[in-house]
Amino acid sequence: MKTFKMGGVHPEENKISTNATIEQMPLPKQVAVLMNQHLGAPATPIVAKGDKVKVGQLIAEAQAFMCANIHSPVSGTVNKIDVCKDIVGLPKTAIYIDVEGDEWMETIDRTPDIKRECTLEPKEIVAKLKEMGIVGLGGATFPAHIKYSVPEGKKAEYLIINAAECEPYLTSDHRVMMEHAEEICIGVSILRKALGVPNAYIGIESNKPEPIRVMTEMAKTFEGIIVEPLVVKYPQGAEKQLINSITGRKVPSGKLPIDVGCVVSNIGTTFAVYEAIQKNKPLIENILTVTGKKLPSQHNYQCRIGITYNDIIKHALGELPENTGKVISGGTMMGKAISNLDAPTTKGASSVLVMDETESRRRPESNCIRCGKCVNACPMGLEPYLFSALVKNNRIEEAQAHNILDCIECGCCFFSCPANKPLTDEIRLGKNKVRAMMAAKK
Amino acid sequence: MILTAVLVLGLIGIIFAIVLYFVAQKFKVLEDPLIDEIAEVLPGANCGGCGKAGCRAMAEAFVKQGNMDGLHCPAGGEEVAKKVAALLGCTAEISDPMVAVVRCNGSCGNAVAKNDYDGLADCAFANSVYAGESGCVFGCLGLGNCSKACQFGALSMDPETGLPVVDDDKCTACGACVKACPRGIIELRKKGVKNRRVFVACRNKEKGALARKSCTAACIGCGKCEKTCPFGAIKVENNLAYIDFNLCRLCRKCVAECPTGAIHAVNFPPLPPKKEVPADGAPAPAPAKEPAPEKVPTPAV
Repeated sequence: MKTFKMGGVHPEENKISTNATIEQMPLPKQVAVLMNQHLGAPATPIVAKGDKVKVGQLIAEAQAFMCANIHSPVSGTVNKIDVCKDIVGLPKTAIYIDVEGDEWMETIDRTPDIKRECTLEPKEIVAKLKEMGIVGLGGATFPAHIKYSVPEGKKAEYLIINAAECEPYLTSDHRVMMEHAEEICIGVSILRKALGVPNAYIGIESNKPEPIRVMTEMAKTFEGIIVEPLVVKYPQGAEKQLINSITGRKVPSGKLPIDVGCVVSNIGTTFAVYEAIQKNKPLIENILTVTGKKLPSQHNYQCRIGITYNDIIKHALGELPENTGKVISGGTMMGKAISNLDAPTTKGASSVLVMDETESRRRPESNCIRCGKCVNACPMGLEPYLFSALVKNNRIEEAQAHNILDCIECGCCFFSCPANKPLTDEIRLGKNKVRAMMAAKK
Repeated sequence: MILTAVLVLGLIGIIFAIVLYFVAQKFKVLEDPLIDEIAEVLPGANCGGCGKAGCRAMAEAFVKQGNMDGLHCPAGGEEVAKKVAALLGCTAEISDPMVAVVRCNGSCGNAVAKNDYDGLADCAFANSVYAGESGCVFGCLGLGNCSKACQFGALSMDPETGLPVVDDDKCTACGACVKACPRGIIELRKKGVKNRRVFVACRNKEKGALARKSCTAACIGCGKCEKTCPFGAIKVENNLAYIDFNLCRLCRKCVAECPTGAIHAVNFPPLPPKKEVPADGAPAPAPAKEPAPEKVPTPAV
């Protein structure tokens, strides 16, 4: 079995919601569609208060280069375009839509038939991805049309599909593979065609034997799709680590995967690509895991984007358990604690993880004992303990010289630290400071 | 035997001494002794409040320039300025003494915590990951980067309110805390007669209703103070009032007018209650509003 060479940890997997089939989340009364749900500049609203919109109608346009279109996830009336606080309470612009019925755009194919044939040319595929507002669903929400337009002078050799789902608790990718294997393979074929690469590799951690079996069976009926079982090691699903696992190549510091001939895409994205290209359905829904060790039930939901976390919790759990300590969007390693449950979900949302008081508390911090566990754990070959000291003493240039910007913020150092030092936090602060210093120098 | 050794060593010593003497004459660095004298007078905290690398660099700048125009040691204040002026033989440029002012009143009682932060205890980091415990995007995060930055021990975090407190006597207005605060809450303002100051203790630029949601003592931008001010010192911009300390005459009319108690008047003697406003527009008898009663913060998600 393949794996990456450097670092990594193995946190408790806690994949307790794997058997919960994907349920449809009922429509809320109102949705708030944020204008920056993707990496890059916010989209520009093209509807106004009082406008009637249908499901899948374009409501905000990408005007900058690094941006993605946004479509209405519901049908109804635009209530207002106003400030909306996101999951961490920071104000963003959002289009609020009052839900009325569920009227879809006529262009969207809502039949359950599976269409295998794709006659579009590579350029047309990329243009359609842009039109449909597809972004990477692995967490970074990188606009797909930019990823699949390979810059001139560079050549893609490998298409790698990330189905490692190495984050503890998350099972949305697992469920999508179980329930939509054929659609995913069609999506992969489409992306393979867009890039013009001979083979696509689907990397799945070996703690998911069922999806591996299902996907391998399905891949046999397609050309050039290879399923690669991977060693269970976090962060197997990080872009650079996955490239290293599957191809053995190493992305140099400051370079992108395409510089070593690789394009990595999340498994959820391939399903969205299938729906966009074959069914004309824009990215208006995503699959969310609602999980937690102490919860009475575990769920996987297909939700419209823009529904609030409170609505999801209300439907799934009734109300939060009394001793809830944290609600996390994402997994335990890289997820964000939600401080504002009235915030709407975005394209990149993948889970609602509820942890109780005792699970969620950080343990008290003590002094660094120089054991070097963080150095061992770092999958990027960095020295987290050193950054901790440098950042604390404001020695930002030195931190930069030791490649602090290579940190992928996976959290392995903090996870492995016996002194419970918040190393990842300190490194993130250091990265911010380095970026500020670089901006000031310009 | 011993005599030879002493003679040889003595001779070598003399030869080297002569060589060194001439070399020292040749490569002598002429430094104005005044620099040392001025550096001696300066506070020596190397706080950087003057904009120079440290006190020594400031002393060099004084001597190079020969006068005090545009150079000001905020930490030393008037006293140091006079001494430096005496050494330089020029007139001291004495600016109004300034003091750091905390423009946030989001105490635990006013801005009730809606969540609990247990990440890295650093304001700059907390600022980059979330809005704040009360949900106010403009308010104090309470993790004390300002008090850590203060070289003079003038800033401390009040455990009761979770806000920084400035010791007026120790504050030298060097501005280190102003730079350290990621939210720009601390401002250098005129110290004022007998340390009396009136200022808006809020930075929230959100619309009134939204601001009130996160903090009961937030400025809601209603503009009452702007209308009340007889000196035109108050401007409301982006839903936030700001008092220009150069125009403010400390009448405190705005303090009484503010519906949320966002305007603070400090170091005024307590006024006799219920005294009518004198006709000549002298200081209005408005007692500084007490901060809202402390509420027990509810632990929330």
